[in-house]
Amino acid sequence: MKIIVAIKQVPDRDAPVRIDTAGTWIDESDLQYALNEPDAYALEEALQLKEKHGGEVIALCAGPESVGTTIREALAKGADRAIHIACDDLGARDALGVARLLAAAAKQESPDLILTGLQSEDLGQGQTGVIVAELLGLPHATLILHIEKTDAGIEVKRELEEGWFQNIQLPTPAVLTIQSGGNKLRYATLMGIKRARMKEVKQLTAAELGADGNPVVVLEEIVLPTKKKSTQMLTGTPKEVAAALVEKLRFEVRVL
Amino acid sequence: MSGVLVVIEQRAGKISRISWEALSAAQRLGAADSVTAAVLGAQTEAAAAEIAAKAPGKVIRVEHPLLAQYTADGFVLALQQLIQKESPAYVVLPHTYQVRDYAPALATRFGQVLIGDVTGIAEGPVFTRQIMQGRLNGNYRPTGEGPCFVSVQAGAFPADSSASSAATIATFTPTIDASQIRTKPSEPFRAGAQAVDLSSAPMIVAVGRGIKDQGNIPLVEALATALGAELGASRPICDNGWLPMERQIGSSGQTVAPKLYIAAGISGAIQHLVGMKASQCIVAINRDRAAPIFEVADYGIVGDLMEVVPALTEAVKAARQ
Repeated sequence: MKIIVAIKQVPDRDAPVRIDTAGTWIDESDLQYALNEPDAYALEEALQLKEKHGGEVIALCAGPESVGTTIREALAKGADRAIHIACDDLGARDALGVARLLAAAAKQESPDLILTGLQSEDLGQGQTGVIVAELLGLPHATLILHIEKTDAGIEVKRELEEGWFQNIQLPTPAVLTIQSGGNKLRYATLMGIKRARMKEVKQLTAAELGADGNPVVVLEEIVLPTKKKSTQMLTGTPKEVAAALVEKLRFEVRVL
Repeated sequence: MSGVLVVIEQRAGKISRISWEALSAAQRLGAADSVTAAVLGAQTEAAAAEIAAKAPGKVIRVEHPLLAQYTADGFVLALQQLIQKESPAYVVLPHTYQVRDYAPALATRFGQVLIGDVTGIAEGPVFTRQIMQGRLNGNYRPTGEGPCFVSVQAGAFPADSSASSAATIATFTPTIDASQIRTKPSEPFRAGAQAVDLSSAPMIVAVGRGIKDQGNIPLVEALATALGAELGASRPICDNGWLPMERQIGSSGQTVAPKLYIAAGISGAIQHLVGMKASQCIVAINRDRAAPIFEVADYGIVGDLMEVVPALTEAVKAARQ
């Protein structure tokens, strides 16, 4: 099976995010970046399919030069090679604009499967995989926890709401968005990190892919959420806040 | 292009609360009588009647035998044809797992982009949605020329629409051929009998990523025991296998509303918040003052849960003596 995994570099989830001076994006100075966690689950699912059925895993990532570290991480974990779509205006593109880039690059490879995380941890739009499928005319399924190869294609386990699941059969090629928790993430080994340096990273540009187009949705402004509830903050040493909270639980909430 | 089309989701004839919320959001984008509600399925008569009693404009039954079971292909084809016929300026959907599965593809057919999981609508219109794990809000403006697709977050709009006169009901039969449906879904199933019912627990202590290591779980367990509370968890904890899935709280787990909910080391992603924000009293313990869990908390403690939780356990034990 030839599998493309579309991955995204996002601000590290523990990094404090601040609004930039223009108020239209986040302040990127001193920001730590990481591989989008749902994409890490997609990569893991791809690697396990390859281990079972053979084939090739290709990491596909769009973004500025700095996404190189995330691409290396995917290669160190076991992707065979990577494609980097050099693009400095990722933030200015809407979901369709980003999906056009990924779809155009994926098309050149004619993969059996395209996997990606169900959503990104920064913008959280959760649309990229579905739009890529639509642009390529491929069937898709979302929120997938497990993939099984069948004679006719694949059978996947899809998560529904409130603890329900569903199996879906699809022909291949197909696009799947992967839910977290379906597998256990591996760490890159020292050997993997060493090998990653030798692996091929193909460079493409947005212009080469002919995937430009004006956005139809614009992120105009970023603001702090307004609070709807008044929160009493308890301060002091751990012992002091514990005592203060127990007082509240006894006399105001009356649960003790 | 005018008017608002709202897509109502039904399962086995039952209309979910979030669909009524979508209807209410739709009425903010156009005059009430310019709102058309569509319901899809193989049999939609009862659902359409229920909608007509609450929606002032028009209800369209989008009926086809191939819509009996949800498939992305079937829903995209049916709604594409309906939108071409009705030519609405806005298409409003409830932000459910089902909508997430097909709406981005539907919008793409019109060269548009879904503005998903919307929590607010302002003049313009400008649509607000959460970004950066709920730490910030993004305000989005549609600039395209086609219909504007919007899905609304559960609980963001009141489900309060009412109509003085009942809507008219029409039927629309889309053209769908069985060969166009590429996926074969099975009947939904549950993983197994749920051994833990958290929904009836009066007190819950829930643990999240901030616990850092499986070896630290007993710290939180001790607090739950001292309080006589059930132990719950956010998704990453169950994904890691540190606690069983049946203790997961949130959109993919259980929905709870206890008297007391203590969130220890949970940042408060929307998927978690929808499962617990109706709790009567919420206590948040988190190192990050900007964590969205503080948005819904009654009492907040900024600090290291590894220090605060054991201190709290001791204080609870002392109070109980």
